[in-house]
Amino acid sequence: MPEILTAPLVVEFPFTRSLGPVQSAFLTGLRERTVLGVTASDGRVVVPPAEYDPVTAEEIRELVEVGTAGTVTTWAWNPAPRRGQPLDTPFAWVLVRLDGADTALLHALDAPGPDAVRTGMRVRIRWAAERTGAITDIACFEPDESTGDDGRTREPVAHDGQFPDLLTGITAPARLDYTYSPGAAQSRYIQALADRRTLGERCPACRKVYVPPRGACPTCGVATSTQVEVGPRGTVTTFCIVNIKARNLDIDVPYVYAHIALDGADLALHARIGGIPYDQVRMGLRVEPVWADGAFPHSPEDMGAAPIPDHYRPTGEPDADYDSYKELI
Amino acid sequence: MPGPSTGPSGPSTGPLREVAIVAFGQSDHVRSSAETSEVEMLMPVLHDVVSRTGLKAGDIDFTCSGSSDYLAGRAFSFTMALDGVGAWPPISESHVEMDGAWALYEAWVKLLTGEAETALVYAYGKSSPGDLREVLTRQLDPYYLAPLWPDSVALAALQAQALIDAGLTDQGALAGIAARSRTAAEANPHAQLRGAVPAGDPVVAPLRTGDCPPIGDGAAAVVLAAGDTARRLCDRPAWIRGLDHRIEAHALGVRDLTDSPSTRLAAERAGYFARPVDTAELHAPFTSQEVVLRRALALDGPDGAGVRINPSGGALAANPVMAAGLIRLGEAAARIQRGESDRALAHATSGPCLQQNLVAVLEGETR
Ligand SMILES: [Zn+2]
Repeated sequence: MPEILTAPLVVEFPFTRSLGPVQSAFLTGLRERTVLGVTASDGRVVVPPAEYDPVTAEEIRELVEVGTAGTVTTWAWNPAPRRGQPLDTPFAWVLVRLDGADTALLHALDAPGPDAVRTGMRVRIRWAAERTGAITDIACFEPDESTGDDGRTREPVAHDGQFPDLLTGITAPARLDYTYSPGAAQSRYIQALADRRTLGERCPACRKVYVPPRGACPTCGVATSTQVEVGPRGTVTTFCIVNIKARNLDIDVPYVYAHIALDGADLALHARIGGIPYDQVRMGLRVEPVWADGAFPHSPEDMGAAPIPDHYRPTGEPDADYDSYKELI
Repeated sequence: MPGPSTGPSGPSTGPLREVAIVAFGQSDHVRSSAETSEVEMLMPVLHDVVSRTGLKAGDIDFTCSGSSDYLAGRAFSFTMALDGVGAWPPISESHVEMDGAWALYEAWVKLLTGEAETALVYAYGKSSPGDLREVLTRQLDPYYLAPLWPDSVALAALQAQALIDAGLTDQGALAGIAARSRTAAEANPHAQLRGAVPAGDPVVAPLRTGDCPPIGDGAAAVVLAAGDTARRLCDRPAWIRGLDHRIEAHALGVRDLTDSPSTRLAAERAGYFARPVDTAELHAPFTSQEVVLRRALALDGPDGAGVRINPSGGALAANPVMAAGLIRLGEAAARIQRGESDRALAHATSGPCLQQNLVAVLEGETR
């Protein structure tokens, strides 16, 4: 059992999403401290509003303005707020039926403790100081001790959904953090790279040697359990000429990226070809690795310093005969 | 063409072509499987389940899997998992970004059409590389919910509080569900959490650690076969008498969180209410969700008295996300194969607060 390798992995998306007319009016309304709902086919006022009826899936477009205070329909005390949540001190998750609405909206309630929260309690919106047209324009809810006859909206009032500068889309950033572990076969492969060895794995059924190994033979569906050192030399089986500079990659274009069948391997891996003008690279060219100095990467930014072949260069041997690698193209 | 003879409403009268689960296998479910890749975790399960039928991998007509790239953060991980199937030369294959129970549904339909005699269905999930509670927020409404990052326990806790407010359960009853599940899991060698587990501190109140499923990694697989092929491959096939899945309204605030009309409808369509079952494998990751499901399936009434609920320990004992629903079908089928059940309900869920629900009715032939 090789040592378990791990590395941080961040998956981050800045999702850009377009809005339908109902969502657009609702989120723009929040920016203007106005809460809109939509009247469903059965007459219920749905807040937050949907583009389509929750029961019949009919298109629904009849907007109404509802209150900014309401009643908690259920709640849950969150003693340990997590990244991205509305408050960074302990709070209650609440579903709130705003005055004039028939359905509930999910948000956070800022309360001193669980004893201060109960189903049926009155709460009101605390608006964010800076509002952009997002559900987070509601900073949170807060307990509402007022008696209720203060002139706030109680009944839904028809609304045309029109505001200056209606939003047509939102940007919703999302980030997830992982600890990546490559598994047994790839760990063996990576650890061998530290000794400047390339380790493939042989399928016990069809005898093919896979490099880099993934732990299973995709043809036979069985574990590749025997390690086989391959290379270091190999043959270019096919290649392309890269003319566009990749971000964060300090390599002059044009350069050649190639499939290379290492000697002893039954699967070509891919790498950059250096030490030869790009327009002289050819199928059958014999190449050998030029190793980068470095340690195991601990972040994606360190990948360039990993103990991997930085590129492959010509060995000076005569080109390989086409028949010797044609099965590996 | 053979096919299900269900009309637009009312219980199914049963498909014209008989399809059964003939084998089930699963991994041990563990908190972390960092020493194996997904395919390395999955492959022994695939070999195990196929070998139980006496088939070879190449004999399987159709393969369908369920998994989610978000769990481990690996794009197109399901294509890597296919390495463990032996997918070359090209096999007939499909994938759902859902629990494997929905992959089983697709495979069942494929067998009903007559285009396949056998199918391999598998599912796997590695929750250990990421923060599962955060990862699951990404399945929510991207406009109104996801920007608030409401985690999976928080949403289940809102449902639990609604049940308590309605007088349908209390923290003691929930702890009883947890204890019954993990005591049952003592007989399940694959379970992650078994025996006496303390109720613990609130995670998101009213749910305490004991009300929540363990977070872990695991895989499961079943083999389906039709008609006489099933009889040949298995001494006592678990015949799928009905299978249906339904979904609730999209927004949590529109739903009555104390009820699960989608489960009830799926159960009706699967023919569940026609005759009592002796076993129910319910996919209720949180104790409170079992309360909802028992209501929807009338398991608390007189008809429910003779029903063994979650003899495997259920999702409270092992909840490998994306596989835990398929495991419910597998556990129910295995019980029929062992002769411990004659008619069983298996349920799978997906999404927050039992958003989507699948119900299968399985039967063994009278001996
Ligand atoms: Zn092979």
